[in-house]
Amino acid sequence: MSGETVELLGHWASPSALRVKWTLKLKEIEYEYVEEDLANKSPLHLEYNPVHKKIPVLVHGGKPLAESLVILEYLDETWKRNPILPDDPYERAQARFWARFVDDKCAPSILSAFTKKGEEKEKAGKEARENLKILESGLGKKQFFGGESIGFVDIAAGWIGLWARMVEEIADVNIIDTETMPLLDAWFRRVLQVPILKECLPPQDRLLEHNKGFYKNLTGGSS
Amino acid sequence: MAEVKLFRTWSSPFALRIVWALKLKDVPYDTIFEDLANKSSLLLQFNPVHKKVPVLVHNGKSVAESFVILEYIEETWKHNPLLPEDPYDRATARFWAKFGEEKVLLSIWEAFNSEGKEQEECIVKAKENLKYLEEELKGKKFFGGERIGFADIALGWLADYEGVFEEVASMKLIAEDEFPLLSEWKRTFADAPIIKENWPPRDKLVIKFQAIREASLLKKLGN
Repeated sequence: MSGETVELLGHWASPSALRVKWTLKLKEIEYEYVEEDLANKSPLHLEYNPVHKKIPVLVHGGKPLAESLVILEYLDETWKRNPILPDDPYERAQARFWARFVDDKCAPSILSAFTKKGEEKEKAGKEARENLKILESGLGKKQFFGGESIGFVDIAAGWIGLWARMVEEIADVNIIDTETMPLLDAWFRRVLQVPILKECLPPQDRLLEHNKGFYKNLTGGSS
Repeated sequence: MAEVKLFRTWSSPFALRIVWALKLKDVPYDTIFEDLANKSSLLLQFNPVHKKVPVLVHNGKSVAESFVILEYIEETWKHNPLLPEDPYDRATARFWAKFGEEKVLLSIWEAFNSEGKEQEECIVKAKENLKYLEEELKGKKFFGGERIGFADIALGWLADYEGVFEEVASMKLIAEDEFPLLSEWKRTFADAPIIKENWPPRDKLVIKFQAIREASLLKKLGN
């Protein structure tokens, strides 16, 4: 079963696709990467993810799966090397809780801070900082959310370390507050230095330009 | 001795998922009913992040977020599994649960909280989402196959609450001719052992959701 071909349909600037890349690399799973042009979705893509028409899509032995966190759990259950979820059910529940918190709370508030203007932007920035402060409580004094080594939540949340700083630069709003969230701030730096994660990161100057373009289209440019 | 407590409200469809899961697995538990206008200090202690129900407390340790709780229950009490064994089928169940939450519930809730032209447009969107569920039910009795599974529990609110939404908001979403499989699934699920004994009183639900809708529409007018 795990001998069948694995394909990842992704986009180089997508944080969700990055989560899957990280997991594939960590578990030393050989795969073929297919870059999707999101403006011109390939027929293959539409066939594989007819419901959401989004990336990432993992295709294993011809069978497609969508939704990055669902894909991560699938990878963990199918390839046992370097597990990303712990064994204990309570610890697993904590990991799932925090990963969902990233998607349900952190991501939308960061996106709001990026796309809104004036007072609404400030409000969104405040909410984003509050959410990250709460996320920090899940980390505590640990090296990583996964403990001594990276795990499910590190993979789910790591993208924020790169993307949030870009939002800060482009939209002129504070997201990661070094003073109020020192532990999380240190973790952001630490996690993106982990060799496997670092080598998968998209080229930062290219990503910055890409997000600047995105920002211009969404907001008309000025903050 | 193992001790399980469930914090819930009489009307929360999210907490009801946990009732179903615990009962389907014959797990004895104590119920603590919460008044969300007057949250107990215990609830705030056990769910400091979201301060919501449901919360499961097992041997003094708390788990929040209904899907996270369901997975915890599944992993802790192996009797009557809710998820299949095959990783791909498990991922599929998780995908539909997520889809139900993020697309179906949201779109139906939007239709519920609107009227006139806006409601018509919301209904179109909601039906597009429901079509995917209809498709998924082809050849199956439940989303889980022959027996109730994770996705059925996640989508179970459709079998009762959705009818309440239709009545209160004077709209028709799941019509027999348009959604024959979904209509049949609703009946089968609503009437299944354990499920049928645990629906909250319909007349009380109608009153409650009438009040919610009125408040929503009023708020919209105010804007």
